[in-house]
Amino acid sequence: MDTLLAFGIYLGFVLVNVLIVFYAERKIAAFIQDRMGPTEVGPYGLLQPVADLLKFLQKEDIVPQAADKWLFRIAPFLIFPAVFAGFAVVPIAPPIQHASLETGLLFLLAIVSLDVIGILMAGWASNNKFSLFGAMRSAAQMVSYEVPLTMSLLSVVVLYQSVDLSFIVQMQGSRAPSSLHWLGLPALPADLRAYGGLLTWNIVRFPFLLVPFLVFYITSLAECNRAPFDIPEGESEIIGGYHTEYSGFRFAVFFLAEYGMMILVSLLSVILFFGGWHTPLPNLGFLRLNDWTAAGTSVSGTIWAVVWLSSKMLLLVFFQIVMRWTYPRLRVDQLMTLCWKVLLPIALVSLLFCSLWRLWMVLG
Amino acid sequence: MQHGALSSFSMILLFIIGSALFLLGGLFAAYLLAPRKPNHEKLSTYECGEQPVGHAWGQFNFRFYTLALIFILFEIETVLLFPWAIVFGQKELIEATQGRWAWFAFIEALVFIGLLLAGLLYAWRRGFLDWARPRPKVPSVHSPVPHALYENVNRRYSPPSKQKA
Repeated sequence: MDTLLAFGIYLGFVLVNVLIVFYAERKIAAFIQDRMGPTEVGPYGLLQPVADLLKFLQKEDIVPQAADKWLFRIAPFLIFPAVFAGFAVVPIAPPIQHASLETGLLFLLAIVSLDVIGILMAGWASNNKFSLFGAMRSAAQMVSYEVPLTMSLLSVVVLYQSVDLSFIVQMQGSRAPSSLHWLGLPALPADLRAYGGLLTWNIVRFPFLLVPFLVFYITSLAECNRAPFDIPEGESEIIGGYHTEYSGFRFAVFFLAEYGMMILVSLLSVILFFGGWHTPLPNLGFLRLNDWTAAGTSVSGTIWAVVWLSSKMLLLVFFQIVMRWTYPRLRVDQLMTLCWKVLLPIALVSLLFCSLWRLWMVLG
Repeated sequence: MQHGALSSFSMILLFIIGSALFLLGGLFAAYLLAPRKPNHEKLSTYECGEQPVGHAWGQFNFRFYTLALIFILFEIETVLLFPWAIVFGQKELIEATQGRWAWFAFIEALVFIGLLLAGLLYAWRRGFLDWARPRPKVPSVHSPVPHALYENVNRRYSPPSKQKA
């Protein structure tokens, strides 16, 4: 029963955030292009995403004559569950149950890369040249970004000696199981658990994690097929890429998976670098603000934990959206050069530095 | 809340099945709401309004084959680095061996990464990381008339406005 409740909470969390991000995307794009964006449906056009959803449901589901009918129909159903299964290991608040795998991060990276298979399937089954090019570009993109992405996350893993996401979140707040020192050096006297808040976030406690974070952020844009890396679905070159032939609800599923992926990678950033569900406000005197969200005993604390997690995540998504409407699209070979010749060496050096740092932390 | 590994994985299974069911529900709603009026034009492959030429299932240039091989090597490397990253700095292991474990594991990983890095540098130098760009062949004309003669003729017969002062 608990598990079903958790499933409902996660599904609601993802859907609500997708609606928010969808609305934000249109409004921010409009702002950047000096337009109004949605204004008609509801106050300030707030109900636009709901109207769009209804529209998707009402549209005819066209399966082209030339397509491989079965693969064409199945492909979207492979993509979204792959993304959503990734959410299962992401802790969103202390008392809400999630799949607390000890191999959480490894599992997440593995299952999320499965969606490329769905994309290839969709592109191939459409029997459309644009779709096939989109799918092939997607594969080319995957072989480029995947390695620096994983390497950048290993920098965090070596510092904590764990891939358990809930453990990494716990270590970034006032309720951490072991003492927290700035830079992880026991020689520095203050135990940051007394304050919590912003001070215990990874990015503040280990400022050098900014480098792997930036690498991860750039590669995660490629993972979501977002501009400037929307090579597989570049509208001005190959129409819609792998989803050119899709319409109606099946198109909506691609859409949902893309936005779900944006939310997932931003959540992962928040969890690994920005303190997960912990508030940035420290414990001050009798005001135990950090304990409030970290303890998971009170309902209000849980709600605040979700609110903090979502707002940090939405802030990162905001930058993703701004980037989409600011930067031009890269070519495939530019992406390869960027990933293999720039980001991968940076990620490797950062991994080396972080593992040496870990040795310093332990050996003192 | 403590959960064993089995219940965690069964929860993931629930997430996969549940999201698939959620999508099926949406598909059923769309089935009830959406019109179904297929015709020949609608079901044809989209090629920007042109009549589709042939079909897409042919041979095409798979240009990043070498890159895909390098990718597999590096992906396996990262998979092997995950367990290393989790054990190499464990406090208990290091204390039990008076610090020897840490340096041994660290240098071992250094050798491991170094070998692959050498491979990457080799591929880089040999140009395998470059997208094979087409090199267009500039047509050249072998004429017995010297090139300068053409230029002289051009200069002589071109209108005065185009002549350089």
